[in-house]
Amino acid sequence: MSELTRHSAARLAEMLAAKDVSSVEVTQAHLDRIAEVDGNVNAFLHVNTEEALAVAADVDKARAAGEELPVLAGVPIAIKDLIVTVGQPTTAGSRILEGWMSPYDATVIKKIRAAKMPMLGKTNLDEFAMGSSTEHSAYGPTRNPWDLGRIPGGSGGGSAAAVAAFEAPLALGTDTGGSIRQPASVTGSVGVKPTYGGVSRYGAIAMASSLDQIGPVSRTVLDSALLHEVIGGHDPHDSTSLTDPVGSLAEAARTGDVRGLRIGVVRELQGEGYDAGVQARFDESLELLRGAGAEIVEVSCPNFRYALGAYYLIMPSEASSNLAKFDGVRYGQRVLPADGPMTIERVMGATRAAGFGDEVKRRIILGTYALSAGYYDAYYGSAQKVRTLVQRDFDAAFAKADVLISPTAPTTAFKLGEKLDDPLAMYLNDVATIPANLAGVPGISVPGGLADGLPVGIQFLAPAREDARLYRAGHVLESLLEEKWGGPLLAQAPDLAAAETMSGAN
Amino acid sequence: MTAVTDEILSFDEAMEKYDPVLGFEVHVELNTKTKMFSAAPNVFGDEPNTAVSPVDLGLPGVLPVVNKAAVEYSIMIGLALNCKIAESCFFARKNYFYPDTPKNFQTSQYEDPICYDGYLDIELEDGEVFRVEIERAHMEEDAGKLTHMGGATGRIQGAEYSLVDYNRAGVPLVEIVTKPIVGAGSRAPELARAYVAAIREIVKNLGVSDARMERGNVRCDANVSLMPKGTTEFGIRSETKNVNSLRSVERAVRFEIQRHAAVLDAGQKVTQETRHWHEDTRSTTSGRPKSDADDYRYFPEPDLVPVVTTPEWIEELRGRLPEPPAERRKRLKAAWGYSDAEFRDVVNAGVMDAIEDTIAAGASAAVARKWWMGEISRRAKEAEVDPVDVGVSPELIVELDKLVQAGKINDKLARQVLDGVLAGEGTPEEVIEKRGLAVVSDDGPLLEAIDAALAAQPDVAEKIRGGKVQAAGAIVGGVMKATRGQADAGRVRELIFERLGVQG
Repeated sequence: MSELTRHSAARLAEMLAAKDVSSVEVTQAHLDRIAEVDGNVNAFLHVNTEEALAVAADVDKARAAGEELPVLAGVPIAIKDLIVTVGQPTTAGSRILEGWMSPYDATVIKKIRAAKMPMLGKTNLDEFAMGSSTEHSAYGPTRNPWDLGRIPGGSGGGSAAAVAAFEAPLALGTDTGGSIRQPASVTGSVGVKPTYGGVSRYGAIAMASSLDQIGPVSRTVLDSALLHEVIGGHDPHDSTSLTDPVGSLAEAARTGDVRGLRIGVVRELQGEGYDAGVQARFDESLELLRGAGAEIVEVSCPNFRYALGAYYLIMPSEASSNLAKFDGVRYGQRVLPADGPMTIERVMGATRAAGFGDEVKRRIILGTYALSAGYYDAYYGSAQKVRTLVQRDFDAAFAKADVLISPTAPTTAFKLGEKLDDPLAMYLNDVATIPANLAGVPGISVPGGLADGLPVGIQFLAPAREDARLYRAGHVLESLLEEKWGGPLLAQAPDLAAAETMSGAN
Repeated sequence: MTAVTDEILSFDEAMEKYDPVLGFEVHVELNTKTKMFSAAPNVFGDEPNTAVSPVDLGLPGVLPVVNKAAVEYSIMIGLALNCKIAESCFFARKNYFYPDTPKNFQTSQYEDPICYDGYLDIELEDGEVFRVEIERAHMEEDAGKLTHMGGATGRIQGAEYSLVDYNRAGVPLVEIVTKPIVGAGSRAPELARAYVAAIREIVKNLGVSDARMERGNVRCDANVSLMPKGTTEFGIRSETKNVNSLRSVERAVRFEIQRHAAVLDAGQKVTQETRHWHEDTRSTTSGRPKSDADDYRYFPEPDLVPVVTTPEWIEELRGRLPEPPAERRKRLKAAWGYSDAEFRDVVNAGVMDAIEDTIAAGASAAVARKWWMGEISRRAKEAEVDPVDVGVSPELIVELDKLVQAGKINDKLARQVLDGVLAGEGTPEEVIEKRGLAVVSDDGPLLEAIDAALAAQPDVAEKIRGGKVQAAGAIVGGVMKATRGQADAGRVRELIFERLGVQG
């Protein structure tokens, strides 16, 4: 593996700016890495070789000509395949969009282009971002670079695995209930769900509009901050987009100090249901932060216990409506009924029957039911009330603490197939990440060490619009831990190039 | 042609036995520059699927953005209908699968419309005023347009395939919903027509819609039910969809009243359903069953934030409202001194604005009416155009009238002058010059002609001498004929009386 793929995005940006290396070299190194390991990892659904190299060459030319360039110009990035891109297919991990080419770019893609970042390709995901393991992709599961027999988390397993496997220094993800943070947690990478409205959703294929948020995936906290600055900010195409400026998040990441920062431990997000190894790494992190001068306080969010239930009503309700447009009439796959009359209803039905996978169908059915007349108040209505209670719990907690802390997920990466037939067990993996989506507050997951050789993630949560606090606290914890480990956690990951023999393991 | 299969009762008999209850849902297409939720142009008649953006096609990943102008137009409609305006209101998704709806849901408003609790006073032809209560006026988006191909009828039944044009998808709509209208009795059909006419007039007057029913800018769904005389419990209603001319609205309501009456008379229950109106047979046929249990799974549109109105904004919009059409008519009628019948004819001929302009240009109310309802209307009828499209400007009328007042031409000659002007022969003065149309004002030739006429009709001359001055018309006619119309009839009449020594 080229050493170039081991560098952080911030380091690559420095090297590029100093002309120590060209963007073509950096981009090619990552493309080579993808060719080398992605047969095993399956992080990418599409590799964008030609365009990525062309953009890299343009950056090199501009730099040679002395043009002023954006900070991350020439640093390559991978894109979750839920985000629409001109020139590359967008599948959402579903058969129903197989071969579909978007005629327009998502707002974040326009920003990536403006930042002159070569796009390496589109990463795998659970179909329409519905899942916590990436096993629900119609194009096969992504594997965890730490153990190819295990899941990389989901739905953004592709983006997290690509970053953790050194196939990309940066990636974009989307987080509806933890789809950025939980994969980061189980792959030893960093993932951020920004404040709802902080990053435009225009061009992210909607699962649950009131919960979805695009965010950065990386190997370091600073890298996520740099990427967050590129993609954040108001977008007139997204009515729910905040008008606040993004602020200097990289500066927050460089603060290097948590003295006096009040860190709230959420009583309900630990203990029962959390693996002992996860709990041990979490307790260690708390001690490190305390030692660095942070004030550790306990907070209680009693309504978080209802968050998962509310989430699994609101999310499928919105999804059932958002996914109605996939009917074969205007774009994507069209499947004709095998026999019987050829009516529009039956063509739509056959298309959706063949085009959607089981988990998607499960959620559409759940959501359709929850919105039905006679059930609406009991299900969707009650869930919205819980949502308000969860928001109030956050308000109360943030009155006592500047940031909250918890394990990102209750377990480390489980084995492929282990929870595939038990949706409830799968859903429980999001128990610690979901409250942030219900309340619209930002969250980050940073590597917290290993339990039985597998990564554990530590989550920080901050009040809405206070994303900077995540970068400040996250970076301090990252530094403290790396000091303890003698380097980044991912340095301890197995050498995937030697894992070729494992490709047949599962 | 669709066969009429339903029994109907005579309207008079139906009215003896039942009281009709009406309700209307009128959809008004707003004429904003862009669509309700996208920046695509809001246009009519373009090549199919060219006035669309990714948002209108419901492409994966798109998001709606509310058109502020459409909100303002909606509020203006609400204010014109005496509605309250919500301080804050949501959009909602109405979920149903149909290929003219690109997202398979329509973004509409459900629980909290932007305008609610209003009323509209409807003046019927005889001047009776009927108050219609408005329940709500809410914002939503229009669907695309389906064209069914391969069948004989153009209907979906029997079609081989259908084409869909999304140019109309996302065009801003305001749906105006009345409360149940009770007590119209036998005037229900007339009221139905007058109500839709009033809505059309209001939105046109506000400038928020082109208000052309034939283009679907204003579309009416009419609800009808009957209750036996003396009872107060509403019957089961039918909803006749897309009745798209004023005449059809009146006829459809009348037909449904007659049909319901026949069903009830036969001891049966009216089916709650939508009906389709057929202008050719002047009847309705059964559409799809409709029940209150239709489940559209409404929920608040999560991609949009609430629309918030401030009192300042509403007052600013109120300040933009033009004078309401009914009040304006009342004011103009009084100012012009027309009779009820005269004024109604003016309104029906569509020349009220033209008369107002003509008076403003300097003509008297009587002269303006004489021209617009007379010569110009006649020419319009001949050319099969609206009077205002004949090409006569208010200024031209004033100019011709001045020439008549000055005695330079008479009414008959004025028509010939108008011919010349419309034929491009120049100004009225130039036409008079070129065509030699000036009246004969020298009394000499006139007297010759009068003497000849009197000699030709001695009996008439005798009558006039005997005091029957109205008999002079026959002599005047003879003189006019002899002078090929170029005489001033008033002067001729004076000279006749002078000649015969009588008082005119």
